[in-house]
Amino acid sequence: MLTTSYKTVILAPMQPSLFPAPVPQTFTVSKLTFHIRKLLEENETLQDVWVQGEVSNLSRPASGHVYFTLKDANASLRCVMWKTSAARLSLSLRDGMEVEVHGRVGVYEPQGQYQLYADQIRPLGEGALFQEFLRLKAMLEAEGLFAAERKRPIPEFPKRIGIITSSSGAALRDILNTLRRRQPLTEVLLAPSPVQGDEAPPALVNALRLLNSHSPDVLIIARGGGSIEDLWAFNDERLVRAVAASQAPVISGVGHETDFTLCDFAADLRAPTPTAAAELATSITLEDLRFQLSDLQSRLVSSTLNLVAERKAALSFLKTQIGYLSPVRRIQSEIQRVDDLSRRMYSSLIHRIELQSSHIKGLTRRLEALSPLAVLARGYAVVTRKEDGRVVSQVRQVKVGAAIQVRVADGVFDAEVGGRGE
Amino acid sequence: MPKSSSKKERPIEELTYEEALAELEEIVATLEEGQGQLEEAIRLFERGQALAARCGDLLEAAELKVRQVAGEELTDFEEEAE
Repeated sequence: MLTTSYKTVILAPMQPSLFPAPVPQTFTVSKLTFHIRKLLEENETLQDVWVQGEVSNLSRPASGHVYFTLKDANASLRCVMWKTSAARLSLSLRDGMEVEVHGRVGVYEPQGQYQLYADQIRPLGEGALFQEFLRLKAMLEAEGLFAAERKRPIPEFPKRIGIITSSSGAALRDILNTLRRRQPLTEVLLAPSPVQGDEAPPALVNALRLLNSHSPDVLIIARGGGSIEDLWAFNDERLVRAVAASQAPVISGVGHETDFTLCDFAADLRAPTPTAAAELATSITLEDLRFQLSDLQSRLVSSTLNLVAERKAALSFLKTQIGYLSPVRRIQSEIQRVDDLSRRMYSSLIHRIELQSSHIKGLTRRLEALSPLAVLARGYAVVTRKEDGRVVSQVRQVKVGAAIQVRVADGVFDAEVGGRGE
Repeated sequence: MPKSSSKKERPIEELTYEEALAELEEIVATLEEGQGQLEEAIRLFERGQALAARCGDLLEAAELKVRQVAGEELTDFEEEAE
């Protein structure tokens, strides 16, 4: 509280009473400069502005910052570009060059100098081109020319590739070297065309038409790097429409990775460079084909071996099957049956023979018991008359002196009746 | 299924890489199915071997052919020596 009142006393001691009328406030130089600077820096237009003019008094001291004056017939503007922005500069600045500079307006207080703090510089005309580019892009986009669903797939192994580019540029050499390295089985049709200048767009359109009449599998439209003017032919509406309408799918490889042309948007596939376009057109390389071939070869061999092995297995199965069904088995079983029957037949026969033979032995024994020989053996004799062989069982059957025969156990002998008893 | 047996077979040396490869693929597919007669399978195998050899030859001999379109005509394109 106290401090505040002191300040008031010190800062405004004389103002109210010594001068009759109010006078403008007095600024220090610094304060005024600061005020001006604030005015400029608060103005949105001045903080984001493109200025067109001719470069003069260009100076590049060791600090890396770039100083120059931009001028036209009636005025000049001091410009500074800091080292970091200067490093990104894509063109080489020279005195006398007509350029467009982007930046913000500020004040260099030590010299009371307003100046442009530049962050981008482009050649004159580029800005207008860029506006035209945006206009065309928006229009064609609205027509659906760049729509994702219009994009056709790029064949993996095109037999015929059409190339549209300058016949003398590095782009063609890069493309051909890439194709030669990756896929030399491909046939290349080249339709040379100028790739910059006013004659380029109709020539490119014509080349596109010509190549399409030879039914290529894919087209490459390419150009090496260059400034936006150099690449401008690839933003030409006629060419962009022709690319979109091409029968064969189109790969565009225009400029460098950072360059985008309308031709890129209309193409079925955008490649960052001509070399990349050739790579994208040959997804399947010679190496891939070699690999595929050796795979097929080994499958050919293994499938055939399998097939033979299966046939062998089927054959041996059939052999087994036919073994079961073979008549040999039946014959064997018949033989066995016959054997069995004959065995049974023999044994029954032998049994009967044995029975018979013991029966015969019994009879024989009984017969022997009845035999007269057995009686003889006990010492009896059979006497027969010699004259008629009749058995003599009574004395009166013989006369004395009659010849008789006496049979004993082991034979006969002759005898004579010597006398007769009664 | 095995179309190769019914369609007329062209001499192998007349086939392009794509044709030879396509027929080889077909033969392998047929053999992998494991159908058909053994004699036919052996014949297909021999034909397949010859096709594979043809493909290999073509791969080894492959050389980029560049022609220039001049109107309806095609002319050989001479590359500038580097």
